[in-house]
Amino acid sequence: MNILAQLPVIPIILPLVTAPLAMLMPSEKMGGRAPFVFATFVVWAVFAACAGLLHSVATTGPISYHLGDWAPPIGIEYRIDLANALVLTLVSGIAALVFPFSYESIRSEIDRRQISYFYAALLICMTGLLGVTITGDAFNVFVFLEISSLSTYALVAMGADKDRRALTASFNYLVMGTIGATFFVIGLGLLYQATGTLNMADLKIQLAGDKNRMVEAGFAFIVVGMGLKAAMFPMHLWMPNAYAYAPSAVSAFIAATSTKVAVYVIIRFIYTVIGADFSFAPAAFAWLIAPLAIAGMFFASGVAIFQDDVKRMLAYSSVGQIGYMLFGVSFGTEPGLAASLVHLFNHGLMKGALFMAAACVMLRVGSHNCSAYAGLARRMPFTAGAFIVSGLSLIGVPLTVGFISKWQLLAAAFDSGRAWAGFLIVASSFLAVIYVGRVIELMVLKPAPADAPEIKEAPLSMLVPMLILVAANVYFGLHTELTVDLSERAAHALMGAGR
Amino acid sequence: MIVSPANATVLSLLVPLIGFFAIWATGKSPNLREAMTLITGLVLMGLTFIVFGAVGAGARPGYLLFTVVGGLPIAFQAEPLGAMFAVLASVLWFVNSLYSIGYMRGHDEKHQTRFYMCFAIAIASAMGVAYAANLFTLFIFYEVLTLSTFPLVTHKGDEAAKQGGRVYLGLLMGTSIGLLLPAIVWVYSIAGTTDFTPGGVLAAPLSEAGALPALLLGLFAFGIGKAALMPAHPWLPNAMVAPTPVSAFLHAVAVVKAGVFSVLKIVVYIFGVDFLKDTGASIPFMWIAAGSILLASAIAMHKDNLKARLAYSTVSQLSYVTLGAMLATQMGVMGGAMQIATHAAGKMTLFMCAGAIYVGAHKTLVSEMRGLGPKMPFTFIAFFFGAMSIVGLPPMGGSWPKFLLMLGAADAGQLAIIAVLIVSSLLNVVYLLSIPLQAFYLAPAGEGEKPQGSGAKAIDWRNIDEAPLLCVLPPIITALFALLLFFFADPLYAYLAPIMEAR
Repeated sequence: MNILAQLPVIPIILPLVTAPLAMLMPSEKMGGRAPFVFATFVVWAVFAACAGLLHSVATTGPISYHLGDWAPPIGIEYRIDLANALVLTLVSGIAALVFPFSYESIRSEIDRRQISYFYAALLICMTGLLGVTITGDAFNVFVFLEISSLSTYALVAMGADKDRRALTASFNYLVMGTIGATFFVIGLGLLYQATGTLNMADLKIQLAGDKNRMVEAGFAFIVVGMGLKAAMFPMHLWMPNAYAYAPSAVSAFIAATSTKVAVYVIIRFIYTVIGADFSFAPAAFAWLIAPLAIAGMFFASGVAIFQDDVKRMLAYSSVGQIGYMLFGVSFGTEPGLAASLVHLFNHGLMKGALFMAAACVMLRVGSHNCSAYAGLARRMPFTAGAFIVSGLSLIGVPLTVGFISKWQLLAAAFDSGRAWAGFLIVASSFLAVIYVGRVIELMVLKPAPADAPEIKEAPLSMLVPMLILVAANVYFGLHTELTVDLSERAAHALMGAGR
Repeated sequence: MIVSPANATVLSLLVPLIGFFAIWATGKSPNLREAMTLITGLVLMGLTFIVFGAVGAGARPGYLLFTVVGGLPIAFQAEPLGAMFAVLASVLWFVNSLYSIGYMRGHDEKHQTRFYMCFAIAIASAMGVAYAANLFTLFIFYEVLTLSTFPLVTHKGDEAAKQGGRVYLGLLMGTSIGLLLPAIVWVYSIAGTTDFTPGGVLAAPLSEAGALPALLLGLFAFGIGKAALMPAHPWLPNAMVAPTPVSAFLHAVAVVKAGVFSVLKIVVYIFGVDFLKDTGASIPFMWIAAGSILLASAIAMHKDNLKARLAYSTVSQLSYVTLGAMLATQMGVMGGAMQIATHAAGKMTLFMCAGAIYVGAHKTLVSEMRGLGPKMPFTFIAFFFGAMSIVGLPPMGGSWPKFLLMLGAADAGQLAIIAVLIVSSLLNVVYLLSIPLQAFYLAPAGEGEKPQGSGAKAIDWRNIDEAPLLCVLPPIITALFALLLFFFADPLYAYLAPIMEAR
């Protein structure tokens, strides 16, 4: 059997099988190092597999893998093209950095008896996100979505050891997430009713030219369900608390990946399943997605300015940033879609780095309140530096990935004749200037309180992954072959498939 | 030649960066650290002269760093305007470094290593702006310049510095991200390129576009906040909380000149002067610039704080360059270009004198400087010559750009602009030349008294109480530059003339 031919299934099978093994490892012996080291190696292998897939897709074109050798549309198909290969690489890449990063942070934030459960849940969560991305089967999306969501509820709740509000945050997320998943599955049911198939490519063929209320309703349910998962404004209310009270490493992982995956699913359903030329798509873009995206860009970013808790602030900022991605999609043009994909990838890099910096502060100062950041530039120079660079990236300062995102979005706006959209994008970046600038000013200009204890810089095991991610923020701001070129090709393929 | 001109363009950025690390590494020993700054300055001067010479000989040395996104390279190409700006910035940086040493030590400032490190980054980004081959590259270094000078503006770290810094960063970043960036992307989307091309890139695609050229020009004119066109100017007076060497170099030369330089470059190489003249798109901005000239002068008149007065004078003088660009005539553009050089030398002199007065006599208010002349004759004489140049009186370099601008206004048929220029010069006489005259001829006023008439004293050469040598010598040097620019205006004009040739 050729192992390389089985590459597409490795990112799913490997963590799914090894997660229970991680759970069986001792949490308290050797400080819980066994599940940590084991899970980290598994994640690195997964990352290698995903990078291999991306390379293979970029050079030889889309891959179709039939599970159990049952041919689609009867069997489940994993279909990897450029768009989801990019997201797979992002998710597994972030995981490959967060796992080694998490150890010190997690040991100080959760009940130590739960360390092996923690790594098992984190592996499962990653599996779910990768599964949602990789599959070409619509119902499979729902299955993996639930796998990732359920494990995320557990992961968020583990923050209760430090702050009991994590329990209500998790419960809130559970209720909202379940509603979202239900909407999604109702939408799938309607599409199934209309076509009798669940394979995405097959759905597309069956739906072609089919114009009826049931499909429209199905589409609406899917967008709302996924919008909830993606924290699309105004369905974002579960998110700030979940991100704020989850263990810091969990926040870093899910902030950088899970909402991005949900946005990807929306894009996938619009373009691959329904098709952008479907009769109601332009109306949905113009009257639903664009206004909500704009409202998110301004409202959520505006709320972020007034947060006292840095993690909550970053969460609100994420809602705003999701707005940018959806706004790009709503142009309904190829550059707009490409810009969304670029921003999806880039935002994962910046938010991951920012939450990692917040985790370092949490470890050393013991709080994620703004006041903990006073004078940080002197007390923890590397952490503060990482926060500043990735914060500038969030604003969109040149030489960072954020600038590339902004540029692409602006170019797409002007290209499609929406000059007003360009100005809305830059206007909302001012809000980012304010909420990021506020924390930077605290770190750089305000002295630490006089009675603050001496603290050390974060340990190397956290600094190294964080600085790698920060370096990625700069590297991909200068070399865009991977992000922009592949996104443009992916957008071309998606739009081409839509015609 | 040791370094080829093409490599010299990119080395001009690299050398200050190396200097940055050298300053960092030698931070423990102030003498060694300052030596690093000065060595960097000398090498940089050499490099910019190599480029300047090559450009003068007709070459356009360029260097492609790498391509970021399709069709958007970070690339450098020197042309006369940029080469002149680079030489100006590097020479004045060296002079200013000497001055910084005198000022910072004389004043015993804190965090001096950080200060010199930020300066090195600032000069590197000024070089990037000077040699940028396209708008994309220009924008990147424009932003780096803003960010690298922020720690310099807030150097003192007190509440006033923070407040000033907030306005500084907010306005400069706000205008550049909010207006300049969309304008650049818009140009890219219209023309398919952001390269600086002789004759402009917008004339062909926008020939039928109605009000769009004026809208774009407005986005550029206000988006380049560093040009301080009213009402985008408040960052400049707010930046005066910085130590004087920062004000002298950054807010008379590097930062503000990067702004007006960008405006000129965009008018000449993106819009094309002929295109603006034909469409008349620049007329409204010509009037805004004229208004900015007079208003800023009027505000400067009633500022008693010397640095604040100089800041508003700078706002006014910068608008001369914008005005020259917006006149859309050859003489106007040439006048604007010459104004960049002469105003830099003149205004830097004034700022350094202000710093010397502060270090030597601890005076910041103009009203306290009466009668100070006999004590600090060298400082006030340098101030006098610098002020003459700003006003535009022969035999100082500043007289030529005023002359060219008037010719340009006449060419454009805008006679009212000539009146504006004359009135502005008169206002300058009142609020700048009066300072050294009062210092020499009036007696100091006591507490709560009105200034007493003439109290002229002879300079008592045995009783001179000047600031340290390194604070006094640099303004004298720059005043001499301003004087020399009067006599070498013709070669400079000939050097700059090729920018008006559409090739």
